[in-house]
Amino acid sequence: MPAFFVLLILIGVAAFLMIGLYNALVRIRQQVKSAWSQIDVQLKRRYDLIPNLVETVKGYAAHEKETFERVVQARNTALAATGVAQQAQAENALTGALRQLFALAEAYPELKANQNFLALQEELTSTENKISFARQHYNDVVADYNTRRLSFPANLFAAGLGFGPEEFFEIETPGERTAPQVKF
Amino acid sequence: MARTFLDLIAANRRNSVLLIAAFVLLVVATVYAFALVLGGGDPRRSLQAGAVALVVAILLTIWGAYGGASAILAMSRAREIRKEEDPQLWNVVEELSIAAGLPMPKLYLIDDEALNAFATGRDPAHAAVAITKGLREKLTRDELQGVLAHELSHVRNLDIRFAMLLAVLVGLLVLLCDLFRRWLWWGRPGRRRTSAPGGGAAILIIMVLAIVLSIIAPLLARLIQLAASRQREYLADASAVELTRYPLGLANALAKIAGDQEVLEVANRATQHLYIVNPIHPFEERAKGLFSTHPPIEERIRRLRALAGADSPMAAT
Repeated sequence: MPAFFVLLILIGVAAFLMIGLYNALVRIRQQVKSAWSQIDVQLKRRYDLIPNLVETVKGYAAHEKETFERVVQARNTALAATGVAQQAQAENALTGALRQLFALAEAYPELKANQNFLALQEELTSTENKISFARQHYNDVVADYNTRRLSFPANLFAAGLGFGPEEFFEIETPGERTAPQVKF
Repeated sequence: MARTFLDLIAANRRNSVLLIAAFVLLVVATVYAFALVLGGGDPRRSLQAGAVALVVAILLTIWGAYGGASAILAMSRAREIRKEEDPQLWNVVEELSIAAGLPMPKLYLIDDEALNAFATGRDPAHAAVAITKGLREKLTRDELQGVLAHELSHVRNLDIRFAMLLAVLVGLLVLLCDLFRRWLWWGRPGRRRTSAPGGGAAILIIMVLAIVLSIIAPLLARLIQLAASRQREYLADASAVELTRYPLGLANALAKIAGDQEVLEVANRATQHLYIVNPIHPFEERAKGLFSTHPPIEERIRRLRALAGADSPMAAT
């Protein structure tokens, strides 16, 4: 009789542990999904800030048309991009164009002193950082999820219950690894 | 052979657990020894006394864990700020919240020229971070982010709760030792000492040990508490790097803080351990050993720079 109860308790403990592991996997996978959409949120933020920036700079450096057009075009391309690879490429082009726009400010001291411009510069810098951090966070959560998935004893049942591997956010196009050129 | 910040974080967490375990052991041993003596050597009564003490400890800990952040903020003359008042500061904290995947804490500014910052709040959903005006103005964006990442990490690692837990345990231990000595001195009201099975000699030895313990235990407890506090500071530094992936930001900020001689007026003994650098000790003594709440700044900077040398493509500065 006692052996039966011991067995029952052991099964109970094992079930309890399994439930705990399962719930943890569910929770972390949701974090992965949430982190992925956070990246999109920050990207959209950048798109929304750009028109305002271009207008402000135009007021002081009207004849630098080429730089403005590059920025606006890069933005529109990024907005229209489909697929991760295309979007990554478009994002890279946009970052480069923005960098040139800010480099412009060096040549126009009135622009540099303009409060609106400075505020926008801070917002855009911050947005670039946020995109970076969102990607970093996404990768952190993916690493956590994959580790839990592959660890014992969760790896015994994880695949069977539909917990597939998640992919890291990686640079897809070779060109993105080199820093964008800033031409004066 | 360089360790990454992940190794540092794991090591620190392990050390914290060991310290708490040592502490709990100390408390249990003390309570048992006292209960043994006060209960007249009867194991059952000792167990009862021990159980009562344990329940009290748990209740106090729970109460301590929900302690209000607002009292501390009021003590420090901190003013909550909105995004419009300082967009850059706000953005820096918001970026860190995204990196950590946590809700944004409330932001406070302390009107003082000294260079310091602190974090408070029982968990990330109820957190607040405060920074002095002096520090806000003296740091670059990267350094600011390093400091705030350190503070946010205190919240992330539940250090505030950890510190309260320890404070409650230390307080309880001190109280117990006090009560014990008092009871021994004045005699327990209305109780006759029952003789233990095994004779009076055993009881006498235990009593001597208990008396010695009652004097040493509070000191030991305080040392453990301070050691734990130092460990959590190192952990917060490593966790800050985990967020920013830029150790030099925090390292440079600490270097700037270390060089500053101004005294933070609103800090006091109750809040000193919350700050990024201990605000109330004289500057020469700030870094000294076992009785310090914070590790030496030079050592913190050294560890951060070592991370930068190992992890980043930039050469060590």
